[in-house]
Amino acid sequence: MSTLETIPNSKKEVLVEILLRLADDRLILGHRLSEWAGHAPELEEDLALANIALDMIGHASALYGYAAQLEDKPDEDHYAYFRDDIDFKNIALTELPRGDFAFTTARLFLFSTFSYLLYNNITQVIEEEQFNGIIKKHFNEIKYHLRHSREWVLRLGDGTDLSKLKIQQAIDDLWMYTGEMFETDKTENLAAGYNLFIDVPVLKNEWMKWVTETLEEATLKTPDNNQYMFTGSRQGRHTEHLGRLLAEMQFLRRSYPDADWK
Amino acid sequence: MKIKQPIAESQIWSWLEEVTDPEIPVLNVVEMGIVRNVEIGKYDEITVKITPTYSGCPAMNAIENEIHKKLLDKGASNYRVVTDYKEIWTTDWMTNNAKQKLKEYGIAPPEKTPAGKDFLTSLKSQQKIVPCPWCDSMETELQSEFGSTACKAQYYCNECLQPFEYFKCI
Repeated sequence: MSTLETIPNSKKEVLVEILLRLADDRLILGHRLSEWAGHAPELEEDLALANIALDMIGHASALYGYAAQLEDKPDEDHYAYFRDDIDFKNIALTELPRGDFAFTTARLFLFSTFSYLLYNNITQVIEEEQFNGIIKKHFNEIKYHLRHSREWVLRLGDGTDLSKLKIQQAIDDLWMYTGEMFETDKTENLAAGYNLFIDVPVLKNEWMKWVTETLEEATLKTPDNNQYMFTGSRQGRHTEHLGRLLAEMQFLRRSYPDADWK
Repeated sequence: MKIKQPIAESQIWSWLEEVTDPEIPVLNVVEMGIVRNVEIGKYDEITVKITPTYSGCPAMNAIENEIHKKLLDKGASNYRVVTDYKEIWTTDWMTNNAKQKLKEYGIAPPEKTPAGKDFLTSLKSQQKIVPCPWCDSMETELQSEFGSTACKAQYYCNECLQPFEYFKCI
């Protein structure tokens, strides 16, 4: 049934690295979204953000779980709780503090657009059955995240003067962290060679098109693309914020490694 | 109670029909389409293949535990429960009978997922009418695409003035 035994070690290593990158993005952003529980501007939005956070943490869990099978680790918790910030490969966009509601909305929109395009494209190349199944499944849920965040961008941008000011500010502030989405390196090139991933930079034009269309509809300005872009997160060089997030997320499990619910 | 394997496949299916969703106790895991396959191997080992519904659904763990418990309670010893991603779960797998039970429970059942729809348009502007499970009125409106669990959206009925939940299509 399983194809685990048939995957050569060199390919397995690359696959694990890709799984961790995808999972880290989703765990960290999911954690940031979960910080809204009980704090969102209205009850419906509180539920929506908590639901999306749950989805993302669920996505990370499935990807980590598969990596754990490949690496013969006990379970997905190994990756979430027992790695340090330098080991995490999420892009900085996902780890920035949650900010206000406009910032949260803008980040979710920029990330979900990327996620949608990435997943849509990689399901067409991945031959490895289990990996493809996981990605296909998550793709259906990402549509909900994209639609929801896009509608809020429209509402805030084309809303009051204040909401417009705030969402434009959020988009501008986030822009320098979007470059990392389209970076590629040796690992991803290898993965593309194994039909486990795509050449991510090809998504950039499409992403710009989607984002610009929505921003225009929301009467917002698309920031200049030729500005300084933050880099280094995929190599483990993060902003100061990730360490603090992990400290909060990991401390219980590290203090009581064998704790369970029973 | 210890039973002697081999057991018939149909017997295992009927055991699994006794396992219900903890969030929606009127539905069992077979009619929801969660159990995809039951196999009995050549050493009489039982393999139950299940597929996750919504990724963020915390009930999935509970459901898997319940399946283990049920098989043990029935006396099966040589079995495993495997999560399978080969087929992607969709609300279309829910049986008509299950949809009827959902409605009677007060949750509007999922419609058939339309193929190739423009998902970016909001549910509101798609003009999809979800009839009220209480009074069957078509005068309902979407309150939020996200509800009390990962699988539900919130609606309001303008006829009987009751809020209700709608099982989202996926």
